[in-house]
Amino acid sequence: MAEKVSNKSVLFNPLSKNNPVIVQVLGICSVLAVTAKLEPSIVMGLSVIAVLAFSNVIISLLRNTIPTNIRIIVQLVVVAGLVVIVSQLLEAYAYDVSKQLSVFIGLIITNCILMGRLEAFAMANRPWPSFLDGIGNGVGYAIILIIVGFFRELLGSGTLLGYQIVPQAFYEAGYVNNGLMILPPMALIVVACIIWVHRARNKELQED
Amino acid sequence: MNKQSNTYTIIYIIVLVLVVGSALALTAMALKPRQQENADADKKRQILAAVHITADPKDISSTFDKYITDQFIVDEAGERVGDDAFAVNVANESKTAPEKRELPVYVCTLADKGETKYILPVYGAGLWGPIWGYVALDSDGSTVYGAYFAHQGETPGLGAEIEKPAFSDQFEGKQMFKGDKYLPVTVVKAGQKPLGDEDYVDAVSGGTITSKGVAAMLNDCLTPYKNYLETLRNK
Repeated sequence: MAEKVSNKSVLFNPLSKNNPVIVQVLGICSVLAVTAKLEPSIVMGLSVIAVLAFSNVIISLLRNTIPTNIRIIVQLVVVAGLVVIVSQLLEAYAYDVSKQLSVFIGLIITNCILMGRLEAFAMANRPWPSFLDGIGNGVGYAIILIIVGFFRELLGSGTLLGYQIVPQAFYEAGYVNNGLMILPPMALIVVACIIWVHRARNKELQED
Repeated sequence: MNKQSNTYTIIYIIVLVLVVGSALALTAMALKPRQQENADADKKRQILAAVHITADPKDISSTFDKYITDQFIVDEAGERVGDDAFAVNVANESKTAPEKRELPVYVCTLADKGETKYILPVYGAGLWGPIWGYVALDSDGSTVYGAYFAHQGETPGLGAEIEKPAFSDQFEGKQMFKGDKYLPVTVVKAGQKPLGDEDYVDAVSGGTITSKGVAAMLNDCLTPYKNYLETLRNK
C-alpha cells in the first residue's frame, strides 16, 4: 500500500512538481509525434485525460480481484478497450478531428504514462483518488503538449489553430518560417527547454 | 478462494475479455450508422472539393445531388459498364489489374458557367498509410480543373501538406495529353524536371516519400482512364 496522500496533492502534484512529461520523462514519443500543430495537441491531450481517468477508475475497482501474474494483461485489455471506444466515439461525433488524429489515438495504448499510473497508483488506491490521479496526470501531460504545440505551430508555420498569426508584412520583409520546428527533433528540444526553465524555478528538483 | 490459482486466472481473463469484447461490439454496432453517414458525407465533400465547391457541412448531400448530375463506371476500354460509381471501393479497385478495374466517373455540371467537369478518384500509398484524392478534368478530357488530396496519417506539417490548397492548386491548368500522348501529371522535387515531357507540379519539401506516393498514385490510377478520356477529347 502506498503512503497516504491527500486528494488535493494527488490532483495537483502531476501538474508541476511531479509532471509526467517533464519530471518523470514519460510519454515523450507522443509529444514528439502530435505536436507539429496546436489542434491535434489539444485533442490528444483531452483524449489522454479521458482514457487515463476512466482506466484508473476501472482498474482501481477491479484491483482486489486481479490475479497478480496477469495484472499487466488485464490493464492492457482495459486500456485498449477504452481507447477503441474513444476513437469510435470521435469517428461518430467529431469526424474531422478523428481523421486528423487517426493513428495517434490508437497509440494512446502504448503511452507509458497510462501503464505507469495504473501500475503505480490505481492498483493500490480507491476509485476516487485514482480518478483524480488520472485527471491530474492527464492534465499535466496535456499542458506540456499544448505548450510544445503552440511554439512549434507558431514558429514553424506562422499559424495557430490554422489561423495566420504572423502578419504577411513580416514575410514581405524577409521573415521565413522555421521549417526545423516542424521536424520531430525540435519537439524534444522544446521539451528540453521547458524542463530547463522548470528545474531552474524548482530548486528541489535539481540534481547535483 | 485462491486468487493466484490457474483456474481463477483463466476464468478471470475469459470473463474480462468477454465483457470488454461485447462492450466494444455494442459500441461499434450502435455507432455504425452514424459513422457510415459521416464517411459518406465526407466522401461527397471531398468530391465537391475537387471542383472547388465548399459545401455547408449540414447539407452536403443536397449540394452533392445538385452539382453531380451523373455518375457511372467505365472499364479500361472506355465503355460504360455500370451506374453506381459512389459504391465503388477505389482502394480495392486500385489493387487489381488495370484491365479488370471498375473506374468511377462523376460528372459535375456547373450551371452558372455552363461547364461540365469529370471527376476521377485516385488512391495510393504515402509514407505511413493510404493517400487518396479526386482529380477534376475539363470536358476536353485533358485540362485539370482542380484536384483534392487527403491522407490517413502522413506527418503533420510535412507529408500532410498534400491536403493543403497550396499543393493541390498547382494542378490547375495542367494537361493530361501532350500532343497525342496520354501522360498523367506527375510530382517532382522543386527545381527538377520529370524524365518524360509530362506536365508536373512541385513536391512538398520534407515530404519526399508522400510526394512520390502522389506521383505513383496519379500514374497508377489515371492511366487506365486513357481510352475513356480519349473519347472525351475527340468529342
